[in-house]
Order: sequence, then C-alpha cells, then structure tokens
Amino acid sequence: MHFKERAHASLGDAQLQQNLKKFKTKFVTTRREALTELDDVEGTREAAGAIRQRALDDLDAWLELFETNATARGAVVLWADTPADVNRHVIDIARRHGSNKIIKSKSMVSEESALDHALESAGLTVVETDLGEYILQINDYEPPSHIIGPALHKNKAEVAELFAAKHGTSRKSEISDMCLEARKVLRSHYLSADMGISGGNFFVAETGSVVLVTNECNATLTTTLPKVHVAISGIEKVVPTLEDVATLMRLLPRSATGQSISNYVDILTGVKGEGEFHGAEHMYFILVDAGRARVLGSEVKEALRCIRCGACMNHCPVYQNIGGHSYGWVYPGPIGSILTPSYIGLENAPDLPQASTMCNQCGVVCPVKIPLPDLQRKLREEEFRRELRPWSERFGLRAWSWLASRPSLFALATRIGARALKVLGGRERLIHRLPLGGGWTDGRDMPAPAGRTFRDLYARRGSGR
Amino acid sequence: MRVGFFVTCLVDLMRPSIAFAAIRLLESGGAQVLVPPTQTCCGQPGYNSGDRSGAKALAAKVVSEFEECEYLVAPSGSCSGMIKTHYADLFRDDPELLSRASALGAKTYELTDFLVNVLKLDRVPGGFSGRVTYHDSCAGLREMGVKQQPRALLARNADVTLIEMPDCETCCGFGGTFSIKYGEISTRMADNKCQQIVDTGADAVVLGDLGCILNIEGRLRRRGDMKTKVMHIAEVLAGDSSESGARG
Repeated sequence: MHFKERAHASLGDAQLQQNLKKFKTKFVTTRREALTELDDVEGTREAAGAIRQRALDDLDAWLELFETNATARGAVVLWADTPADVNRHVIDIARRHGSNKIIKSKSMVSEESALDHALESAGLTVVETDLGEYILQINDYEPPSHIIGPALHKNKAEVAELFAAKHGTSRKSEISDMCLEARKVLRSHYLSADMGISGGNFFVAETGSVVLVTNECNATLTTTLPKVHVAISGIEKVVPTLEDVATLMRLLPRSATGQSISNYVDILTGVKGEGEFHGAEHMYFILVDAGRARVLGSEVKEALRCIRCGACMNHCPVYQNIGGHSYGWVYPGPIGSILTPSYIGLENAPDLPQASTMCNQCGVVCPVKIPLPDLQRKLREEEFRRELRPWSERFGLRAWSWLASRPSLFALATRIGARALKVLGGRERLIHRLPLGGGWTDGRDMPAPAGRTFRDLYARRGSGR
Repeated sequence: MRVGFFVTCLVDLMRPSIAFAAIRLLESGGAQVLVPPTQTCCGQPGYNSGDRSGAKALAAKVVSEFEECEYLVAPSGSCSGMIKTHYADLFRDDPELLSRASALGAKTYELTDFLVNVLKLDRVPGGFSGRVTYHDSCAGLREMGVKQQPRALLARNADVTLIEMPDCETCCGFGGTFSIKYGEISTRMADNKCQQIVDTGADAVVLGDLGCILNIEGRLRRRGDMKTKVMHIAEVLAGDSSESGARG
C-alpha cells in the first residue's frame, strides 16, 4: 500500500480517529505546561541544538573517543554499517555467551533491521519489555505508530481484549489492572533471560556511557539483570560530555511526555567491576550507521540532531489526523518524512516530504531546532531534480513559472481564467467540480471569483481618475 | 512614504476586493501606494514544490520590481514570508542578488504588521459589525510573527466582538499544492477547522491569507454552511466599497 491509501484507511477508521483525538490534546498540553518550568525555553533550545550540532560536526572524533572510553571500561564497541549487520552482531553475541532468551527494552533503531524477527529466525526467544512494544509484539508484531508511544493508536478496550486473548485471563477494565497483569508476565521473563538489549538515547564520549530515558523501569531491569547487555543505537546519538546530557535532558522529557524528568534515567558505564553489585558482566555497544553517514554529508544533515522526543509528530496536524502507520516505516511524522526517504531511498518514499503543509508547527517545537519544513523542501528539490514527481506536476510548475515571467501573457491568461471560473461558479458563485482539480473539489467547493482580475479593475480605476 | 503593494497572484485572480481594501487601509494611514504593474507571483509554488530555478526567476523579478520602494507590503503572510524569509536561501549562491533580496526582505511586511507597527494606524474605516473568530495562518504566525496585530486592529472597531477558537494556530490544511495533491487529508484538516469556527458561533471567520480563505470557505460551503462568512482581515477593517467589485 502507498502512503495515500494508508492515509485514506486511517481517515476512515472511526476507532483510530477517536484514539488520535485523545492523544493530540494530551501531549500538546502537557508539553506546553512542562516548558513553563524553564526560565529560558528559547535559550535552552538554542543550546541543545548547538550541542547536537557540535557532536555532528566532528562525529568521527567523538565516536572514536567514545570507543576508547567504553573499551577502557570493559565494554566492546561494534560497528554496524547496515541494518543486516546489527542483526548479525546480536546473533553472534548471543551465540558467544550461550544466550537463548533475550529481553529487550525499547529501541527504534532495532526496528530498522527488524531485529526481533531475525532473532526468532535464529531460534532465539525475545520478549519486548516496554509496555507499548510488548502490546505490539503479542499482537503479531504490529508496527509501532509513534516513536515514544508505539501503541498510542490503541485504546484501553483494544488492549484489554488483546491481553485477555493472549494471556488467557479474564478481561480487565482498569488500566492499573492491565499494568499489573503485564508486570506479572514480564517479571518472569526478566528473571529467566540471559541477555538484555536496550536502545541508547545518548552515548557519552567523555565517559563511554550509554544514557537510557524511560518510564517503566524496564530498561533498568533489562540492562542489569542478565549477564549480557547489548545497547544498540545510531552513530549520531553520541554527545561529547555528561554536562551536554544534562542540558538535553532539560528538554527531552518535557518535549516528549511533558514530564520535568522521566521516571528513570539510567547512565550505564562499563561492565560490573570487582565488588560491584549491579550491572552486566558483558557489555556491548552496537553503533549503527545504516545511512546516517550519508545523511551527514547531505543537505538534510540537521535531521541527525534529533533526540527522538516525538514533539514534531505530536504537534503535526497531518500526523494528528492520519496516525503513524500511514508513514509506512519506522519513523513517522515530520522527522520521519526526512529520515525515512534518507534511509530507505527517496524513490521508496516519494510522498513523505510532500505530505506536509509546511505549517512549521514541528519546527517551532523541536527542542534541537531542526528546520523540518526546510529539510522537507530540500527533499522536494531532489525529487524534482531526479524526476520522481509525475510529469504533469513538473510540467505544471514549469508552465507556471514560464507564464508568470511574462506579465502581458500572464494578465491575459488570468483575465480569461477569472471569467471562466466565474462561469463555472454559476449563480451560487461556488465551483463544485473543478477540471483537473478533483483533489480540491472532492471534499470542498471552490469559491468562484468575481470575474475580473485586480489588475484589470485597478487599471480601470487609474484611468478613471 | 512610498509603499510598494504586492497584490499576490491569488488575490489578483480570485478576490480583488482584498487588494482594494488593503490599499484603502494603507492610504488611510498616509501611505502613497504604488502597484508595480508587471508583478505576478512571488515564486512560492515552485519553491515549495522543488522547482528552484523557476522560483528563482520569479523571485528575481519581484526583487527588481520592488527594490526601489521604501516598503513592500502584501495582504498575505505566506507571500510576504516567502519574500522576507526564503529569498535569501534561493540566492545563496548569487552574492549580488542575495544582497538585493536581503535588502528587500528587510523592508517587507505583512499587511496588518505594517498597519500596526509602521503606519501605527489608530482608526480603521471599516463598518463591519458582528462576532468574529480569527484564524492564524501558518506563515503569518510562524514566519512573520503576526499574532497580536490583526487582533489589535479588530479591537479598534467597537462593533466587532472577537471570540477565539481553541486551535486558532492549527493549520487549516491548505498548504498550497498540498491541498490538491493530498486532497483527502487537506479536507479533513479543513473540516476540523470549520468545526471549531462553527463552535464559536461567530458570524465570520477572519484571516490574513487568501489560500486559507478559499480552503475554509470551500469546506464550510460543502458542509452546507452558507451563512458563516469567511473574510480577509483587510475586508473587515476597510469595509465595503463599490469600486472594488467586492463579494457580498
């Protein structure tokens, strides 16, 4: 299915529309309220954007420093050029340590390589422990629809049905009861797993640490109970210092869920040392390129500043109406409209940079000041250059600029146009069906013009004086 | 004060009354309004659709037509935003045009911003009376900083009552060619906007961009609402005039 068909299906799904409506008001309001706690929101955004940009400007150097420091603390740093490399590394690690059962906290990067499927194909058991991801996993690996709330498209009743069916329990009506049920199921998995996989919100170069920002304690359990911990994230997630993390953390939870701070922030540095009680005995970092180095050298490189808060999609009026699944790949919403074409090829996602009104609501809420509409426009330029748009559109645009460069001809054409549109509008002065404009008139009328252009009327006024 | 008036291609074709109303407002504030006769389009359709070279040609044309004026004023946040905030990007590789475009950008204003902050208009001639709600068009709000200006002007007319809708800053779904390419999504967004407008019980929704006007009015009428007026802020402030060919 293509974008338009998926969007069409979402727009017609009454249940989804109801769920989306609820989601929309919640995140927008909580973010706005949380940001009032900061003295200087704009200054903090400026600083956060600069921190991320500084990391990207010398990414190779920060990554090397990270590798040196992580290795010095007993961790192993592995590099994955492609999504397939991620899966290969994880399976290798599991084999090396004889791990059969894997618990996993949230990682969007692992969605890029469909890691769970690869692990299962290799005969390993994997259990998602983020509640949202767990819901999707037991629903036959339904894809996530949001980067921080993967199951946001589902409501309480849908989850209650799913739990009753999959757990073989009585149907619960309270969210707290459903949470207790999930906790009970997941606790046994935590205790029996021999390997834990997490994502990574930040990799800290000066300490070789990974930072995990979560709300359910599942990442803490996943990374400290099993003897092996594997943290997977993109190479762009490195930041120079812990001080930088402190600044970014002023904005990440506030922008994401409207929390001053998330319930848990784990900073994991190295393997369990002698005499230490907590931590994994073996720690691996898988740093994933999978298109990121290419983006770094492209016109849309600022997209790599992203700290995955989800504010752009929470505030996007297109996302709010069509939901995350319409975008077709791992990352939905405005940031997805840049990342998806960049990672899987513009020719495979030609609608995404186009399906935006460029209202810039995303740009003004982004905590690291990614100029999202400008980046969408860069990709539109590439589509135009590479002739990825329909010929009719390219022809129309060329014809428009040709005509508008010729004032006399333009005046004549618009004079005729204004009259023709007036006629089409009839007595009601409303056009119900516009030739070649079905995209407009399928759902709207076109108010008809009065029949004379301003240019004509103004010239008449001038001569009348 | 010589003010170059950028009509915008949409107003020229679809609703000249907006331009006449804007000119009356500018003149009432003491401006001498010039309307360069060769003007056509600011280049935004091409720019936002990836046709850089087409957009560049039209942008260069606007620069040469308006650079002699003391100000450029447009009855549109979208077109003035294009000129003020995007021309520099179009000419980033052309130092000569870049400096001319930047100079023009610095004196480019959205109509209500100009009326409030440059002309400091303290009286408006308009005779509109009734309850209105104001829709903040995206480019006006987020590129040109237009938020309080139209509200301040509306407040100068004692017969106008402003009733705000909760999501007045949410996009109406127009988005230029988006409205045709993704008509179904665009229509839904317009529908949400219409619902909010209707819920305020206002007699008219007022706004500053004709693209959004056509979108909102088009959806209101298709919904069967023939009574809620959709008016440009200039039309509300300047009142009706027989010479403008204004719509009823």
